[in-house]
Amino acid sequence: MEKIAEAGKKETASDCWVHLEIKDSGGITIDLKSKVESLYGESIRNKAAEMLKFFKIKNAALRIEDSGSLPFVLTARIEATVKKCFPQKKEEFLAPIPQKNLYRAERERFRRSRLYVPGDQPRLIINAGLYNPDGIILDLEDAVAPSVKESARYIVRNALREVDFLGGERMVRINQLPMGITDLDFVVPHGVHTVLIPKCENADTVKEVDVHIQVLRTQHKIKDNVYLMPIIESSLGVINAYGIATASPSTVALTIGLEDFTADIGAERTLEGRESFLARNQVVLAARAAGIQPIDSVFSDVSDEEGLKESICEAKSLGFEGKGCIHPSQIRIVHEGFAPSMSEINRAKKIILALEEAKKKGSGVVALGSKMIDPPVVKRAERILKLAFVNNQIPANWKEKENVEGK
Amino acid sequence: MLKGSNNAAGRWIPEEINEKAVVPFKGVGNHIPAGQKASPPVFSCDNYPRDGNKVVQDLHEALKLAGLQDGMTVSTHHHFRDGDKVANVLFDTIAEMGIKNIRWYPSASFPCHAPIIKHLESGTVHHIEGSMNGPLGEFCSRGKMKGQGVLRSHGGRYRAVQDGEVHVDVAVIAAPTSDPFGNANGLTGKSACGLLGFALADSQYADKVIVVTDNLISFPCIPWQIHGNYVDYVVTMDEIGDPAKIVSGTTQITRSPARLLIAEYTARFIKEAGIMKDRFSFQAGAGGTALAFVTYLKKFMKEANVKARFVRGGSTKYLVELLEEGLTDYILDGQTFDLNGVRSMRENPHHVNTSPFTSYNYHSKGNFASIVDAVVLGATEIDVNFNANVVTHSDGMLLHGIGGWQDCLFSKCTILAVPSFRDRIPVIVDRVTTLCGPGDLIDVVVTEKGIAVNPRRNDLLDAVKYSNLPLQPIEEIKREVENVCGGKPAPPKVDKDHVVAAIQWVDGTMIDVVYKVL
Repeated sequence: MEKIAEAGKKETASDCWVHLEIKDSGGITIDLKSKVESLYGESIRNKAAEMLKFFKIKNAALRIEDSGSLPFVLTARIEATVKKCFPQKKEEFLAPIPQKNLYRAERERFRRSRLYVPGDQPRLIINAGLYNPDGIILDLEDAVAPSVKESARYIVRNALREVDFLGGERMVRINQLPMGITDLDFVVPHGVHTVLIPKCENADTVKEVDVHIQVLRTQHKIKDNVYLMPIIESSLGVINAYGIATASPSTVALTIGLEDFTADIGAERTLEGRESFLARNQVVLAARAAGIQPIDSVFSDVSDEEGLKESICEAKSLGFEGKGCIHPSQIRIVHEGFAPSMSEINRAKKIILALEEAKKKGSGVVALGSKMIDPPVVKRAERILKLAFVNNQIPANWKEKENVEGK
Repeated sequence: MLKGSNNAAGRWIPEEINEKAVVPFKGVGNHIPAGQKASPPVFSCDNYPRDGNKVVQDLHEALKLAGLQDGMTVSTHHHFRDGDKVANVLFDTIAEMGIKNIRWYPSASFPCHAPIIKHLESGTVHHIEGSMNGPLGEFCSRGKMKGQGVLRSHGGRYRAVQDGEVHVDVAVIAAPTSDPFGNANGLTGKSACGLLGFALADSQYADKVIVVTDNLISFPCIPWQIHGNYVDYVVTMDEIGDPAKIVSGTTQITRSPARLLIAEYTARFIKEAGIMKDRFSFQAGAGGTALAFVTYLKKFMKEANVKARFVRGGSTKYLVELLEEGLTDYILDGQTFDLNGVRSMRENPHHVNTSPFTSYNYHSKGNFASIVDAVVLGATEIDVNFNANVVTHSDGMLLHGIGGWQDCLFSKCTILAVPSFRDRIPVIVDRVTTLCGPGDLIDVVVTEKGIAVNPRRNDLLDAVKYSNLPLQPIEEIKREVENVCGGKPAPPKVDKDHVVAAIQWVDGTMIDVVYKVL
């Protein structure tokens, strides 16, 4: 009955390494080496003992080498070793979700920036919300090495529950199916807002994910919707973009991954991006046709601030509403890049005021000067003003001020 | 049981340290010493070579001539930081001479001085009075040092020499360039470190002064930051330091997103509180967060077309850029941290070298630390009363020195810029492990979780009232940190009957003590 498992990393700030050896006799021994021994040594030992008891393990040697891991990391690492030894154990050691992490994400919310954070690097997860990205993606896919895929799931699960992302949309990029389906068990019941589906090539992939999410929602009595954001990363995906965008009512955005896409079409990824121009257009069209948000790829050179700015400018001109970020320093630049211009804001204000004027008169026709205003234009104007407000470009009560100034 | 009493900050202070009576801290500005300053003996130039050549064979010879004996006080200085090679050779030599029970009075010691532990164990060195960074601090914390450590700020060290609290018998000054008369500077030579300000008091007050150099040039050595008129002997060595560790090629800005945010909040605070205006002044250190702060502030200064009158070093390339781009009239520099700083000090008359005498000196008719408009510093811990610790970690281990930190607290706006926790170690706590700076002098604490203004500073609170800075009560930040870290940390496990070191306030009173870590 001897079983051995390990998880985590040694000598890595904010992480710990856990080694569990299940024995036939001898009770529990806990051997702890910790950077924070004198401050939290006792608390760590107590937590470890509590967990082994919870999992009904009576004889085991547990070794922990801790480099200042926060409680959500420590418990994730310990549970990963337990589950490696006993894959049949279904119970989960879960901390309660703090009140402040119970916020919801709306379907229509802004998704200008989404910060990718490797799911197995606690140090980067802890402060991911600091720069207020619209979304934080805990990545289980490409940023996680195959050997630690399983233990990363516990980190991501616990982070979803316990880490304060300061209002950011909690997103998880699952692995390609079928592995991605199991990933869902670790995220759907734990407060994920949106699931990113990588390397999406057809509608069936989206449907398969959606079906499993609905099963989990019923099982765990989850009222809030779990949204989907398929990532198109191949030529076939681009061809099937509209089918992918419309495969599920839960889908809120469609995005493109250019690194894999360019490899797939046999081209090199360039700064100008001519090789992906059509594909990106196609993604925008498919998303708009489906009534969801088109979101651009990441800009992968962290040090090239000017390049990022140009890339955002281009993305905006193509119709994209957001961009992926691989470093917190890109977030503000992305937000500034997607901010509406003063002329956009002024025009939007005029449209909204014209609409209200028309409503007052009981007229169904909105006109600005000699031009008729159609509903999509009004909708866009509303969104521009909402964005301008989020960016501190206009006050919430701009209408009153306009009226006062108008008079 | 040790005898002692609580000082004005509520910290227990023993009656004696190293068998000498101590004065407990009385509160900021409440201890006014009187009397006469210490004075060195009367010298006569007739006792020195007429040809001005004071070069002797080696350090052994110089120490013998200086009359070094058991129980004396020997001083060194930390201009070479972790690249110093002189102190190790010095104590090897003293050990060879069979001399015991030396009181070592460094301006600071670094991890490179770990070899001196064997001399502490053998009894060559009795104890250290000076900042202990790293291994020597740990040795002291474990209760292994024969005497008790005494930590003073840069200004406090200068003060102790001036008022005779510490009499230096032999000062050993490592100098990147010297002439045979003993005129010396830090500007040139392969071990160039910029300036030699920390050795100034020792050169003036010590009985005997030895200059050690690896770049002996013909008289005169200009500029003479250290005057040969104070120097007894000059010794040459092949290598007095490791240039790569004395100054770095370039100092690095932090890449940690949390620290960058802290730096940005700090710069924004200075801007929005109205401190950043024409002819203002500030000081920031050379840590990654401080450097990032300077780049943010520079951006704001350019946007607002504001120029500083002076900035205080430790200088780095980032301060030098401010000077060279005309964004400040002067750099008043205490030490240079990179090659750009050294170059600028050598070439630019507006890059001025200072010493603890000009900047931090308590026994003086004013010092300019209190003229500086804003200073940005770090800390290992800060408590909800804005008291701060810079010397021990939360486990009680003594691992850092005070440096100029206490002296800088007298700035018009003292800002501590720190992460709210490091790994799982809370920085914002209920009560600091060791008190180094009283909350009366600490005005603002900037963390990645928000900015706390000391309620004592209503003026600052008013100034930023309408800004969109993330202002938070310090208790709120502390609560959040405890949430993240999984509760309050356990108190350090120390032996309260075993005081291993004392922390002096700038005026020479004792503000706290450090206990043996179990």
